[in-house]
Amino acid sequence: MLKQIEGSRAVAETVAMCRPQVICAYPITPQTHIVEALGAMVKKGELNAEFLNVESEFAAMSVAIGAEAAGARAYTATASQGLLYMSEAVYNAAGLGLPVVMTVANRAIGAPINIWNDHSDAMSQRDAGWIQLYAETNQEAADLHIQAFRIAEELSNPVMVCMDGFLLTHASERVDIPAQTQVDAFLPPYEPRQVLDPDDPVSIGAMVGPEAFTEVRYLAFERMRRVLDVIPAAEADFGAEFGRGSGGLVKPYRTDDADLIVVALGSVLGTVKDAIDELRDDGVRAGVLGITTFRPFPAQAVCDALGDDNRLRRLVVLERSLAPGAGGVVTADVRTALATGDGGPRGPIIATVIAGLGGRPVTRDSLRRMLTTATRGELPAFSFLDLDTHLAETELARIRATRRSGPSAENILRDLAGRS
Amino acid sequence: MPYQRIKFYQTGSFAAGNRLLPADLRSVQSSATRANTLTCGHRACQGCGEALGARYALDAVMRATKGKLIAVNATGCLEVFSTPFPETSWQIAWLHSLFGNAPAVATGVAAALKAMGRGDIRVVGQGGDGGTVDIGMACLSGMFERNDDVLYICYDNQAYMNTGVQRSGATPPAARTATTPAAGPEPGNTFGQGKNVPLIAMAHEIPYVATATVADLRDLEYKATRAMDFHGARYLHILVPCPLGWGSSPADTIKVARLAVESALFPVFEAEAGEVVSATPIRRQVPVTDYLRLQARYAHLFRPEERTDVIARIQASADRNVSRFGLLQDHHPERKQPTLNAHASPEGR
Amino acid sequence: MFQVRFHGRGGQGVVTAAELLASAAFREDRYAQAFPSFGSERMGAPVMSFCRIDDKPIRTREPVTAPDALLIQDPTLLHQAGLLDGLRADGYVLVNSSRGVDDIGLAEFAAQHSGHLLTVPATNLALANLGRPLPGAPMLGGLAALTRTGQTVSLGALLAAITERFGDRPRVAAGNSAAARAAFDFVTGELDELKAVTHHA
Repeated sequence: MLKQIEGSRAVAETVAMCRPQVICAYPITPQTHIVEALGAMVKKGELNAEFLNVESEFAAMSVAIGAEAAGARAYTATASQGLLYMSEAVYNAAGLGLPVVMTVANRAIGAPINIWNDHSDAMSQRDAGWIQLYAETNQEAADLHIQAFRIAEELSNPVMVCMDGFLLTHASERVDIPAQTQVDAFLPPYEPRQVLDPDDPVSIGAMVGPEAFTEVRYLAFERMRRVLDVIPAAEADFGAEFGRGSGGLVKPYRTDDADLIVVALGSVLGTVKDAIDELRDDGVRAGVLGITTFRPFPAQAVCDALGDDNRLRRLVVLERSLAPGAGGVVTADVRTALATGDGGPRGPIIATVIAGLGGRPVTRDSLRRMLTTATRGELPAFSFLDLDTHLAETELARIRATRRSGPSAENILRDLAGRS
Repeated sequence: MPYQRIKFYQTGSFAAGNRLLPADLRSVQSSATRANTLTCGHRACQGCGEALGARYALDAVMRATKGKLIAVNATGCLEVFSTPFPETSWQIAWLHSLFGNAPAVATGVAAALKAMGRGDIRVVGQGGDGGTVDIGMACLSGMFERNDDVLYICYDNQAYMNTGVQRSGATPPAARTATTPAAGPEPGNTFGQGKNVPLIAMAHEIPYVATATVADLRDLEYKATRAMDFHGARYLHILVPCPLGWGSSPADTIKVARLAVESALFPVFEAEAGEVVSATPIRRQVPVTDYLRLQARYAHLFRPEERTDVIARIQASADRNVSRFGLLQDHHPERKQPTLNAHASPEGR
Repeated sequence: MFQVRFHGRGGQGVVTAAELLASAAFREDRYAQAFPSFGSERMGAPVMSFCRIDDKPIRTREPVTAPDALLIQDPTLLHQAGLLDGLRADGYVLVNSSRGVDDIGLAEFAAQHSGHLLTVPATNLALANLGRPLPGAPMLGGLAALTRTGQTVSLGALLAAITERFGDRPRVAAGNSAAARAAFDFVTGELDELKAVTHHA
């Protein structure tokens, strides 16, 4: 049923239809509306599940681990600092092979504390062994949760569904909320691969030494490779059942004959598409490749979308996270994919553009200007979109001038306030 | 030849162990069909109090739940020595997740069982003092506060033994550990620090809190069983001497535990909803030195010179326990017999 | 695409207003997007929200920088620099005030954008009909009257959206609906007057 609905609410209603049995969460902006809505449903008897108000995100993931191990479908949600706080348990869930599904309402990581959107939180866990899916719209955010439970349980691998905090969670837009019958047809009850059962006892979580650790980790690696087949299958089945495209590995847009392609994740893709259309109107053959599944990284799909005929001359990877000391996060995976794909060494000039950190809006105008610079061959290999160079330089000068220069974040804020 | 009836004066008493007792008064350990939850082949040290305590406690819980039990274990000695890959000593459904989350994981298991309509299966969370008192405290308190249906058992050997005997929030004053060495003017662990987790548990007013030691098998079995009479959050704190970490003889484990009780350093009691309901009386209080002398972790209190000042402070804390819990009073608490009906549903909790 | 930017203070229902507008547009089978601009969420702090309406799916997510309409729910914000920034040449401005445009320092602007800048006593209408100083619904009613048919929403769709939003509190729904209708009539009246003046000029 079509609804004009807040993203968080759409996710809550969809997750509820996935029949979770244990919901455990600790509040953190901007995920709160999701778990509040689920809590209300449970309290009103609309959703038959155990809803636990836990004392920390570490406890939330731990409760989910216990629940899944006992054979129940578990769900939690977090962001930013909360994701970091549960990091030990995040790795633990993947290592144990428990199909927890978690929403990450992408938010920047402090310090400095920042409640707005970027991808640094999910990126910090990219090697934890979880499948990572990034939603472009609230429709996709809702749909990905349905697919997530199925993918996770099919492979016994946890899945995090990433949706941009505030930009998606707090935006009201048109979403088709499925019917319970549709969800039930797509998502069967949880059938655990391993379960704590007094009638058939097993020990789960043994210590594994050098003689077997590599093999256990290899199995996890193999599992991730199979995900690359499972996800397109789930996408196809979803399309058949629900009548729309959602999920999958990558989403190319006007890339077929493009000589400039932007690669990006998440809700910024919408604004990027608008910019691409404008460029096309100006005669620039531009396109955009959205990456929906970031882990496992769909190297082959990326290569296929970028074409193998060396027509592609420029690639701009638009990143909403930063790897200090290294540059971009997604860029590294894209480079590796291109280097190892079929067709020999490729030539596109790759530029990393860091944008939207800590919730700074990514505007169509800025994107146009940046892409126009790229077409002129003047975009540096690494740059920050909309960086206030003067503001940054003022603080750098201060740091060079005196040892006791004070806290940088506060200095910059004061400089900014002093301007207005 | 006519039969002559012989009277066994010890029949019905504990004097001859279990053999002459009616079946319902025998200890769980005396049963040939006991669960043997933690079976042989594990890698615990000779004389390990924790291995003993875990087996006693869980076998009792298994009897109380008629075998319907899932255990969640924190990282620590018990987890490490019981599951050396590829083997396990556990004969029950058992899960190990992390160091600091055993109470939360146990909560998750209990929630799942409830959601799946399997409230007949009960849950135990367990860990050492490190995983309970320090890194697990937030999760433990959360479990208590929500009154989740979990029995949490802390095996207290008073330090992080698995990683090499480092101090924990349960390490007693003056005890030597790797991070509170016996050096300087105030050797060993600092006075005025440490947490009393049974009292913290009582402050949460959870249905049942009890302390026990491996010196009194029957008392330990009683408390583990009694705990399963309740639903909701329950806490059992068991003193388990560690010969390696305490520097005591492996043969003295039970003796040391008994001296801890008889010196009043470790009060044995039960509490319900935040109120003490019974305390095991001490027949004759022994001086703390009887207890301390048996452990090398206190050797610096006696050599090169006897530190009568420090010993006096330890004695004072023991005497405080006596008055706080009424350990020398002549009371005989009406001990509630456990109902052995632990799988019943929690009506009227 | 029609883009609206709402300005107000925390607690005045700026976010709800944007969502109601989106709901109303949805009812008329149009695509709509509503979202707040986020800052410290405390009562009284200046806040903004945005609403886009279009006949095709809306992909962009940046804040509205070139609004077709500005709804100023708190006139004390008018002194803020840049409040009217980006307003399209034929854009609309609706200010919540019981005073005329001249009295709030916008005479020149009003003259240059005749028929596109108006004040409406939204708070008073809310107090009269709802009993609480929440100007969001009447502001939307005013917007529906101010804009041409098909640009934003019809009064009917707005009233239906209000009723649905406050479905569990019938008195609140009725109060907001009445305030919206009253504002609609007020603005319609103002526009008629302006037309009459223009004709006679």
